[in-house]
Amino acid sequence: MRPAFSIIFFTVMSGFGFGLAALVPLGLPLGLIAIDGLFATLLILGTILVFSGAGLLSSTFHLGHPERAWRALTQWRSSWLSREGVLAIITLDAVCAWFAYHYFVGAPPLWAGLIVAALSLFTIYCTAMIYASLRTVARWYHPLTPISYLAFGVASGLIGLAALSAMTGAVPPLLVVAASWSLVGAWTVKLIWWQVAGRDSHSTRESATGLGKIGKVQPLMPPHTSENYLQHEMGFQIGRKHARSLRIMALSFGGALPLVLLSALPFSATALAIALAATLVGLFFERWLFFAEAKHVVMNYYR
Amino acid sequence: MTSLPEPQAIKLGLVIDLDICVGCHACVVNCKEWNTSGYGAPLADENAYGDAPSGSWLNRVHSYEVEDTASDMSRTVHFPKSCLHCEDAPCVTVCPTGASYKRAEDGIVLVNEDWCIGCGLCAWSCPYGAREMDPAEQVMKKCTLCVDRIYNENLPEEDRQPACVRTCPTNARHFGDLGDPNSEVSLLVAARGGMDLMPEQQTKPVNKYLPPRPRPSVEEQSASLVAMAEAAQPAGFWKWVDTTLDKLSGGQ
Repeated sequence: MRPAFSIIFFTVMSGFGFGLAALVPLGLPLGLIAIDGLFATLLILGTILVFSGAGLLSSTFHLGHPERAWRALTQWRSSWLSREGVLAIITLDAVCAWFAYHYFVGAPPLWAGLIVAALSLFTIYCTAMIYASLRTVARWYHPLTPISYLAFGVASGLIGLAALSAMTGAVPPLLVVAASWSLVGAWTVKLIWWQVAGRDSHSTRESATGLGKIGKVQPLMPPHTSENYLQHEMGFQIGRKHARSLRIMALSFGGALPLVLLSALPFSATALAIALAATLVGLFFERWLFFAEAKHVVMNYYR
Repeated sequence: MTSLPEPQAIKLGLVIDLDICVGCHACVVNCKEWNTSGYGAPLADENAYGDAPSGSWLNRVHSYEVEDTASDMSRTVHFPKSCLHCEDAPCVTVCPTGASYKRAEDGIVLVNEDWCIGCGLCAWSCPYGAREMDPAEQVMKKCTLCVDRIYNENLPEEDRQPACVRTCPTNARHFGDLGDPNSEVSLLVAARGGMDLMPEQQTKPVNKYLPPRPRPSVEEQSASLVAMAEAAQPAGFWKWVDTTLDKLSGGQ
């Protein structure tokens, strides 16, 4: 599948933004983060809004008609893409309300935090299900796909939370430990996904043409002489060709580098910010591969 | 509304005979001709006279070579492919805007081009590659089953069928109600073992494909030709030669 940059940017950035949005209201009662004063409120809320908002905005850039994007909020009954849009807006409203309550009134009740966290995580789940619901892409159509998206959202969110708490106060050691282990967990899910997802694709050239009962099918003449929309969107090769080196880049930036920084300099704001940036860069490679490595069944008609 | 309608009695669709299709692409061309001036935006072409022309088409003909294990001969199968108007159409349910929909009254899957945001997700969800983004209009194009022909009372009755069916010079394409078990198309499907493409994708296509008929093996075909040649009776000059030589050799 063709990896549109706007979609990679959207899934990584909004995954982090909503991961952070889920963790702040849970981390506050657990003492993992303190939000004291206007600066801390604006910094943390701003980080959530900028990342999730930038991600959502960029997702409209690949549309043929961005001016009609509002229509995408109407079909939440059937479409995961629509659900994602609706939930993102509801969640960001809830996040703003939670922060406003915290700043003007005091610590919000626990149930409010739980609702914000649940909404945030469900938004990430919807993002993943846009892809995981497509039976045509066997690699995506796997129960581990949404788990992997959620795990990376939480891991990058925890690293972001650690960086933000270093900027606004002291970093609780438990937070650094949680961030490290969540990153290890997320990459473990991803490594398993790389091994198992897409193994059970049953569609072949023979089933696509229905000619398998006669014998083996080979393409003889293509239906058109140059690339069409289908091949442009679904016949992307470059990612698969460089899959190995891209995986190493993803694991180095998104896994090894942040883990080293979290263990070596766990209380330095600069080191934690670099760890967060490295994680997001690594996730860009990971997400690029998510699209580029995925094979669509329609290519059975062409290969 | 992009939820699918409850299954209805009428299921309009195509039956494509892979035994007959000669791969002439007339259906492809007539489809483009009709639909570029019919329902919705024109079907744009890009770089039409250049090195790599491309554009949106609603029907494509692939050609395959199939190793026929029964007859030990490979055979060429021409394979027209367009929207199958699936009962469980994933392209409809993924649509976030309601632009992609399946009509309850006859099962035709259509795109409301005024609502389409051009996200392309419906094309990703289709296993058959039946949807192509129009390069000029940036909305999704697909087979309409010539909805603007089949009900069009301004056309003579024989023209009230999809353009691809009307133009096929070999009668390899048939149009009708596959929901009615006694319709001509349903009887054809029953008689010839009409099949679904990629049933494992669980889309329940309405369009059916008739498989190529079985063929005798090379030995069977050659043997019958030899027998035919040997059984032939001489005529004209060779009959005279035959009878004359018979007489000369004592009429054996």
